[in-house]
Amino acid sequence: MLRSSQPLTGPNRKRCHEDEMLLGTVLDEGERGFIIDTRSAQAAKQARMTGGGTEPKSSYPQWKRLHRPLERGRPLQESFIKLVEACNDASLGMDRWLSRLESCRWLSHVKAALSTACLAAQCVDREEASVLVHGAEGMDTTLLVTALAQVILDPACRTLVGFQGLLEREWIEAGHPFHLRCARSAYSHARLKQEAPLFLLFLDCVWQLSRQFPFSLEFGEGLLLTLFDNAYASDYGTFLCNNEKERQVAGRWGQQLKESTHSLWAWLNQPEEKKKYLNPLYSHNPLVIWPSVEPQSIQLWQGLFFRWIRSSQYLDEARAEMQRLVEGN
Amino acid sequence: VENVRLLDRVSSRKAALGTLYLTATHVIFVENVSETRKETWVLHSQISSIEKQATTATGCPLLIRCKNFQVIQLIIPQERDCHDVYISLIRLARPVKYEELYCFSFNPKLDKEEREQGWKLVDLNEEYNRMGIPNSYWQISDVNRDYGVCDSYPTEVYVPKSATAHIIVGSSKFRSRRRFPALSYYCKDNNASICRSSQPLSGFSARCLEDEQMLQAIRKANPGSDFIYVVDTRPKLNAMANRAAGKGYENEDNYSNIKFQFIGIENIHVMRNSLQKMLEVCELKSPSMSDFLWGLENSGWLKHIKAIMDAGIFIAKAVAEEGVSVLVHCSDGWDRTAQVCSVASLLLDPYYRTMKGFMVLIEKDWVSFGHKFNHRYGNLDGDPKEISPVIDQFIECVWQLMEQFPCAFEFNERFLIHIQHHIYSCQFGNFLCNSQKERRELKIQERTYSLWAHLWKNRADYLNPLYRSDHSQTQGTLHPQMAPCNFLYKFWSGMYNRFEKGLHPRQSVTDYLMAVKEETQQLEEELEVLEERLANLQKLQLNDNKVKSKQQDRSKQLGLSASSNSLANTPQEYSSDLKSFPSRSPSQGDEDSALILTQDNLKSSDPDLSANSDQESGVEDLSCRSPSGGGCLPSEDSGKDSDEAVCLA
Repeated sequence: MLRSSQPLTGPNRKRCHEDEMLLGTVLDEGERGFIIDTRSAQAAKQARMTGGGTEPKSSYPQWKRLHRPLERGRPLQESFIKLVEACNDASLGMDRWLSRLESCRWLSHVKAALSTACLAAQCVDREEASVLVHGAEGMDTTLLVTALAQVILDPACRTLVGFQGLLEREWIEAGHPFHLRCARSAYSHARLKQEAPLFLLFLDCVWQLSRQFPFSLEFGEGLLLTLFDNAYASDYGTFLCNNEKERQVAGRWGQQLKESTHSLWAWLNQPEEKKKYLNPLYSHNPLVIWPSVEPQSIQLWQGLFFRWIRSSQYLDEARAEMQRLVEGN
Repeated sequence: VENVRLLDRVSSRKAALGTLYLTATHVIFVENVSETRKETWVLHSQISSIEKQATTATGCPLLIRCKNFQVIQLIIPQERDCHDVYISLIRLARPVKYEELYCFSFNPKLDKEEREQGWKLVDLNEEYNRMGIPNSYWQISDVNRDYGVCDSYPTEVYVPKSATAHIIVGSSKFRSRRRFPALSYYCKDNNASICRSSQPLSGFSARCLEDEQMLQAIRKANPGSDFIYVVDTRPKLNAMANRAAGKGYENEDNYSNIKFQFIGIENIHVMRNSLQKMLEVCELKSPSMSDFLWGLENSGWLKHIKAIMDAGIFIAKAVAEEGVSVLVHCSDGWDRTAQVCSVASLLLDPYYRTMKGFMVLIEKDWVSFGHKFNHRYGNLDGDPKEISPVIDQFIECVWQLMEQFPCAFEFNERFLIHIQHHIYSCQFGNFLCNSQKERRELKIQERTYSLWAHLWKNRADYLNPLYRSDHSQTQGTLHPQMAPCNFLYKFWSGMYNRFEKGLHPRQSVTDYLMAVKEETQQLEEELEVLEERLANLQKLQLNDNKVKSKQQDRSKQLGLSASSNSLANTPQEYSSDLKSFPSRSPSQGDEDSALILTQDNLKSSDPDLSANSDQESGVEDLSCRSPSGGGCLPSEDSGKDSDEAVCLA
């Protein structure tokens, strides 16, 4: 699985020999590959006008391009804001709750993200073909797809340590602009242009997987909530800045960030902390986990969206009981 | 009929080819595949509707929809055969006499004594005793001993001490269907009670002294409060409309010391339509999130569930927190009244959250109080306007509560699903007819078997591993969250998509935890024994080793069972785009074989066993459905490749 940003074909259909060669080296003679473009065909075409574009079939004959539009940017942030508003609206009757939920579109985004990640995973696992994923900049929906696909495909990414590695690799080092994207969250009136909850969408998708495969992830919802919190505001430096370049000089007095801050992973992996994040039902599952993306299978992440609205007492007690049962054995 | 195809409604996998059999009690489809010969059994009683669809090139499609939400699509090669099957099924699914029902031929191979014992498992007299009755406020009355007062009530009713036979009879004449106020639940801690009845025949101005005295008697039976609530579970408009027909509701002016309350729950026709609409949503092929949510809201189903729950909560609060007795009624007092009284009882009393207690609850508020099982669930062919998913809604309320309070119930989701299944299956005699009187006339207990005994025998399958009787959730009253709480009501795909395995988590947490619990118990018992021996023997070292190796073996076994849960599953149809590439056929062999292994338990030549098997164990559904697999969709040109139109520059 590869990821990149969009090719700069532009309105004149520029070609780039090196880019074609690079992609050419990935595939053997006669092999086919897939390109998953996370923009609609329309949007991808329009991107040409501003210097971007798609890989023309003629220049990349071995690659089949599939468009799977995923929401990002402003509309995704709006979706998030609307959802949080709906969740907080105590006046909403049951006769209007579901349509209100639907109008936020958040669950549709979850479904689309999971479907696209499954598609990428299917290419690799079922079609045994290489797949290149990109959107426009390659920093948002691209990372969502590649990271999620790995959770689906690779049991190592489902371990606590493996998942942290996945986050480092596919989100932090890959340059998801956390500083811009995770700024004020859903309550702020300042509608920042660059803010968008891609990372939250990723965590939500992982939560959906944990619900459908309760034995297959080594960590539980608690970890996902902690990651959500820390992406927006943290005692640690892990989610600071927008990319590695910035991190090189973001420390005090222009040093590296790691000289001035502590790592979230270091804290999480301490034995006492780690215990809290482990899933007592975990049992190594070497197989690929294929989620159902039917609407019935995708649920609203109550633990996050209703965290401060409803008591989690009974669910916590259930979790504690589960832990007790498993540990007692 | 041979060469029939059974389509998988969820996945577009190739249909299974096999032979269709019609027996006196079942429709059976047996797959031709020789290694498995997978069987799908459907009881005629379960068939809700049959639809013959337009003949296509592949044959004549026949769609069978079941009351337990299974949907079976068959393709029969010859139109003539299809027509014959269709006509036969129509007749078979609409029995005219009770004797045609499966329960009269079902034979679990028990002797007469065992059959009797099965029926005695749930004893309502014991139950009222458990509540603390009879006592100084409540007594048992035999005024209805020959069903002379009310033919839909049981022979034994519980009434306030001060309610004489005269008052009861007088009150019954003033109530729709003669269903006078009688006791449903008594709270001995504060003497508050839940009573139930039908609507009074008050019209605009009629009064009845005895009926007023009856309500007074109920009030007097609770010295801790100077008034009672009268809860009418109908929407106000409907209740008012009833007045024009000489019925209606209690006027606070005429009845001393009552506080009247409407809690609008819609009627059986609205509920029937609501379910219909929801099932249409379930039948959509790969709907968008939008279609699904809109469709679900449009059906109004969850809104109705919440309305029933809210009514139950109101009553439970009145009893537990205010210590005030409540009289509940709707129109005839056998639908919404039953729902609301049983939900309230469940919230109030932890006993009803145990397996035995739940059976008792259903026996009390549904069976004994004359809920019209035959009319509502179509045991026999009857008026389609009487059909309504009343008890289904109650069962769903219980499930919704189980999701909110995972430790509070002794039983699990499977228990609820199997009960629902058997209400429609008519395999057991508990839910036949419309009243106790009819059941006794038919001598049901002598000619059929009790579902409760059957479930009790298999109770290990129905336990909730998280239940502990000493847990905080299992003590006292349950307090579901009040607003905001819309989000707490979830779509029950375990029930309405029961047979679509692809939708559900492949690994059952419940089953795994039960296995863990059992292992732990065994280990603990073993440990006790060994520790005793340890104390007695002199060679400590030798015994230590024995204990260690045994524990290791056990934990290895457990490790195996956990990882065998990680079944391979196949991807659903995420995209049809891949079909244009030579795709290797999805390796369905893996997950199929894993599932097939467990089906060996189900295969049996004894039809009774096979019929049971689809409810016996947790693997029940495997006999009814092929697992959804990824495969090639019939061709569907997806996203146009815009570059196709681009000519090479």
